[in-house]
Amino acid sequence: MMATSSTPIDLSLALVMDPATAGQWLAILPMGLCLGIGALLMMIRHRITWHPPVALAGLALLVLVDVLLLSKVLADGPLTMMMGRWRPPFGIAITVDLTGALLALAAAIVAFAGALYAEVDIDNSGRRYGFYPLLMVLMAGVSGAFLTGDIFNLYVWFEVLLISSFGLLILGSEREQIDGALKYAVLNLIATTLFLIAVGYLYAIFGTLNMADIALKAPELSGSAPLMTLSALFVLAFSMKAAAFPVNFWLPASYHTPRVVVSALFAGLLTKVGVYALLRVMVMLLPIEREALSLIIAIVAALTMILGAMGALAQTDIRRFMGYIVIAGIGNMMAGIAIGGDMAVGAAIFYALHSILLMTALYLVMGEAARIGGSFSLSKLAGLWTSTPAFAALSLALFFAASGLPPFSGFWPKALLVKASLDIGAWWLAGSVLLSGFLCTIGFGRLFLLAYWRPALATGPEATLAASGQVTFVPPPPVPRTSLWRSAPILLLSGFVVWFGLFPDPLIVVSQQAAAGLSDPTAYILSVFPEKAAP
Amino acid sequence: MEALFAVLVGIFFAAALYLMMSKHIIRVLLGVVLLGNAVNLLLFTAGRLTAEVPPIIPAGSDTLAMSAANPLPQALILTAIVISFSFFCFLLVLTYRAYQDLGTDDTDDMRVAEPKDEPMPPMGY
Repeated sequence: MMATSSTPIDLSLALVMDPATAGQWLAILPMGLCLGIGALLMMIRHRITWHPPVALAGLALLVLVDVLLLSKVLADGPLTMMMGRWRPPFGIAITVDLTGALLALAAAIVAFAGALYAEVDIDNSGRRYGFYPLLMVLMAGVSGAFLTGDIFNLYVWFEVLLISSFGLLILGSEREQIDGALKYAVLNLIATTLFLIAVGYLYAIFGTLNMADIALKAPELSGSAPLMTLSALFVLAFSMKAAAFPVNFWLPASYHTPRVVVSALFAGLLTKVGVYALLRVMVMLLPIEREALSLIIAIVAALTMILGAMGALAQTDIRRFMGYIVIAGIGNMMAGIAIGGDMAVGAAIFYALHSILLMTALYLVMGEAARIGGSFSLSKLAGLWTSTPAFAALSLALFFAASGLPPFSGFWPKALLVKASLDIGAWWLAGSVLLSGFLCTIGFGRLFLLAYWRPALATGPEATLAASGQVTFVPPPPVPRTSLWRSAPILLLSGFVVWFGLFPDPLIVVSQQAAAGLSDPTAYILSVFPEKAAP
Repeated sequence: MEALFAVLVGIFFAAALYLMMSKHIIRVLLGVVLLGNAVNLLLFTAGRLTAEVPPIIPAGSDTLAMSAANPLPQALILTAIVISFSFFCFLLVLTYRAYQDLGTDDTDDMRVAEPKDEPMPPMGY
């Protein structure tokens, strides 16, 4: 059979774009850097003394790249790089917009702080099991999820960060860790499978996986296709990743079992990736469906923040206490998504940034408190105020920030959320934000009262003498020495919390701008499809 | 053909959900692996099931001569199969370790990380 080969058109040229510019390479650099250094660390896995400096250098570079990326996005708008120079929507797009760049930068700062703390928190056996390579791969997954512009690619980055988080969670193989990791692994795997189902349906409806392309096609399809089912699936899958109320039980079951630095990184990063995915898919891609589902999301948000705070009140273990505080924060971010509008979504982005930095700092502080006081249990931990006043003051500042009290960073997004929910007449949502903040304040107040203000519980012969009234003064136990590796990351993260609390204006402006970029994705679409620009 | 596969996918989902509601972790795992395969089969079916027709546009024309299976969902499944297979391996090892260390495969008895009668925090001092 003769084909009609009289028209030798080389279609391949039409499908290929110009080579990427240096600026575009910046978009893929965070993932490339993390995966490359992770691979390098695997190759030198027996030289465990080299791991910390290499990982720290890599993460410092990651912070630098993310700063460059953020400044470029702030100056020029969203930045797109097509993988393999395939034309959109055929190739996989990495599209960096303001929301993604902000969250990626916050994540990189947190990872750098975590790597500093890991220097003293991860022992040699932890390094041999591959703490640093897993940390780098985790950061590749987190950065990839924040920066990708393709929804199936988002699923792949979810899986990358999930598998490395499994490795980090069972570092040490203690019984508690295996118990916690099993629940964490099964429930998170089910959540990502739900996400995959939703991606399959999405492709069936839209015929594309490129987010900009979906955003273009969503308005015309919204009445004619079963997008509501799809949206409900997305909300369920991402709520499970974010640990929202009815599907949050994997978090308090597992977050207190690993090493302190691992808990800190998880609390800062993982749930926020779920919130980011909700923002990206529900606010940017399916805004009409978000509007229809907003009441359900709002109820879930209110229940999450109140039950999270109540769960925190019932805890004796201070790490589990913090786990419930993470959940209460997720409720606040979801409230922003439920309300919609630039002010509320901007507040949710602000809250996510604040929560990434703050929750990591809080877990590190809890680790330090337990090291100084000798226990994670509230019934044994005491006397931190007299033994380490400066540390206690710093902890109090972070507790204020987490409860949402001024002048620290937690106050501003909550104030914006309350205002935004009152603006749309959802007084009950504003009330639950305030009630949740009040319950968290009680919880933190009790934590401070018992662990910090309570006089040290004396043990040994002095205690019996004191009890019988023969000695009135019991010398406090010696305070373990601190080192720069322990104090520097906590100070770094607390610095951001205080800075955002005292000078919130720039961050409020930037997060509102990021929210505007989500609600009106024209700039995002134009960055992927420059030819769609109106003449 | 597609209708038959749709029913099959439904049966897969039903069996997976039934197994995942068990208390015994090994059944939950079998449910998870069935769920992963149900999703893969769903994507596969959604991309049309036309055998022996390559999705190649003949020279000189701009569209396919006849409807062919979409290759993209198949590429997606390949990725998803690799991921779900590796996760299943990890979960199997983890479950075996849990069985060795915790001495049970009943999720109700796995209370090491969350002890049953945890004391309330002190009410005062």
